[in-house]
Amino acid sequence: MTLCPTTAFSPNVLSDLQNISCYEFMRTAYEAGTMIAIIAGITGYFVVLRRSAFVAHAFSEIGFAGASGAILLDSAYFPPIAGLLLGSILGGLAIAVLGRRAANRDTQIGIILAFALGLGLLFISLYKAFATAAISILFGEIVGISPGEVTLTFEASALIIVVMAFLYRPLLFASLDEDVAEAKGMPMVFLGTAFMLVVAVAVSFAVQVTGVLLIFSLMVTPAAAAQYVSRRPSRSIAFSVAVAVVATWVGLFVAFYTPYPVSFFITAINFSLYIAVRLVRRGLKAKPIERASVKQVPRAPTVPT
Amino acid sequence: MDTRLIEARDVSAGYRERIVWRGANFSFGKGEFVAVIGPNGAGKTTLFRMLLGLQPPQGGSLTVLGEPPKRGNARIGYVPQRHTIDSDTNVECLELVRLGLSGKSWGFNPFSHDDRDAACAALKGVDALELAHRPLGVLSGGELQRIFLAEALVSDPDILLLDEPLSNLDLKRETDLLHLVNGVVRKRGVTALLIAHNINPLLPHLDKVMYIANGKVATGKPSEVLTSESLTALYGVQVEVLRDPHGNVAIIGVEEHHGDMV
Repeated sequence: MTLCPTTAFSPNVLSDLQNISCYEFMRTAYEAGTMIAIIAGITGYFVVLRRSAFVAHAFSEIGFAGASGAILLDSAYFPPIAGLLLGSILGGLAIAVLGRRAANRDTQIGIILAFALGLGLLFISLYKAFATAAISILFGEIVGISPGEVTLTFEASALIIVVMAFLYRPLLFASLDEDVAEAKGMPMVFLGTAFMLVVAVAVSFAVQVTGVLLIFSLMVTPAAAAQYVSRRPSRSIAFSVAVAVVATWVGLFVAFYTPYPVSFFITAINFSLYIAVRLVRRGLKAKPIERASVKQVPRAPTVPT
Repeated sequence: MDTRLIEARDVSAGYRERIVWRGANFSFGKGEFVAVIGPNGAGKTTLFRMLLGLQPPQGGSLTVLGEPPKRGNARIGYVPQRHTIDSDTNVECLELVRLGLSGKSWGFNPFSHDDRDAACAALKGVDALELAHRPLGVLSGGELQRIFLAEALVSDPDILLLDEPLSNLDLKRETDLLHLVNGVVRKRGVTALLIAHNINPLLPHLDKVMYIANGKVATGKPSEVLTSESLTALYGVQVEVLRDPHGNVAIIGVEEHHGDMV
C-alpha cells in the first residue's frame, strides 16, 4: 500500500485531485456518490413533477427505522442498507396500494413518518455502543462506504436507470395527464407501484450520501432547479443529473480539505445552484406571462331577453 | 349516414346500487357533432366512461366502432373535464401533445422526429402552433383546451369525446373553441360528443343533441328533441321551449344554466 502525501489544500486543483484519488476511501466515495447523484437526479425529476416530495421524505424516515433496527439486530448479518431498503420499499408498496392520490395525503404521511422516526430513535438508543451510527444515518456517511456497498450501489443504480428508461414515456404521460393516460389503457397501478419502488430504492441509496434528513438536497433540489432550466423533460432530467453530480463532486472535494461534513456542502451547493437558476431565469423573463388558467370567468346570461 | 360508430340498445348506466339512467337507445354516425346536455350528476360523464371502456354498461348492448367498448381504444380521442393545471408545470405544450401519440410506448425515445412532426401538425390543426414551446402552466383556459384538443387529435381518432370543454371560458372564447371543434369535425369527419350545460352556443353546429335527465335519455336532431313535448316527457314536469328570431332557445320550467329542476 502506497503512502499518500500531504493532505493540505493547494491552489492547484489538479494536484488536489491527485492527492484525493490517492485515498481508497475517497475513490469509493466518488464512485458511489456519482452513481447515487445520477439516479437521484433522474428519479427526482419525476418526484418533483408528480409532487411526491413529501412521500420521498417519508420513505427515507421509514428507512431510518429499518436501518437502525438492522444495526440493533446485528450489522454483520443485517447491514444498514438492508434495513433502509426494507423500510422504504414497504413504505413504497403501502403508498402504491393506496393509489396515487395517497401520495398527496400529507397528514397521514406525516403521522407515519413521525412514528417511523420515533421508532428509529428507540432502536438507536437501545444500541448504546454506537451513537455515531444515528448521526451517520441521519446526516449521511458516504466517506467510509465499504467496497461491498459500492458494488451494491452500482448494481442498484444500473437497475434503476434501466427501469426508468423503460418507464420514461408512460410515466411522463401518467404524471402530466393522468385521466387521458388512464383512458388510453395505460396500466396506472403498475406505473404507480413501479415508480414508488424505484423512488424507495433510490432514496435508500441516496441516504448513504445525504442522510435521512437531508434527502431533499439530492432528490428534490437539483430536479426543482432543472424544471426552471428547460421545458423539455429529457433536457430537464439531464440538467438535474448534472446538478446533483456536480454538487456531490464539489461537496466531497471541499469536505476533504475541511473538517465539516460532506452532506452540508452538497446541500449548500445544490441550494446555491437552485437560487442561481431562479435568479437567472427571472432576469431572462422579459415580462410576466399571463396566468389565467383557472380563473373563473362570469358566464353571460344564457336565456336571451 | 349509414356507418354507425356508436350504437346503444336499451342501455342502462351507473353502478349496480345506483343506476343513473336506463332504457337509452341512440346511434351516432361518422362525422356527427353531438351535444350531451343535462344536470350535474345526470350521468353525462358516465356515458363517456362507458364508451371509453372504463365502466361497463349495467344493461343493454353498447357498441363502439362495431364492438363492445374496450379500454385503451386508440380510435377514441378524449378530453376529460379538468379544473386546474398546476401553474408550476414547466413542461412545453408540444411534449404533452406528443405524449398523446407516443405516451403508450415503453422505452426512451425523446428525439423521434415523426412524433414531433405529428404533434406539430396536431397543434397546427387547432391553431395553436405558436403555443408549442410555451409551458403548460401559464396557458389561459381557452389555450389549454386547444392543447388538450390537439393531444386528443394527434392519434387521428374516429371518435372525439369532450367533457365540458366550455366551462371556465368566457363567451368569446366559447364561440372560438366551438368553431374550432366544428371545423375539426367537418374536416376530419370525426364523430364528436361534447358535454355542455348550455345548448345555445352549440345550436348552429349540431347534428344531434342528447338530453340526459331524470334517469332518462332523449336523443335526436335538435329540432326533434328541443320541443315542449319531448322535454316535458323527459323531465316529467311541464316544460316550455321558446325560440327567439335568432334561433336561440329558452327552456322554461327547467333552470337552463345547469339544466336543474326549479
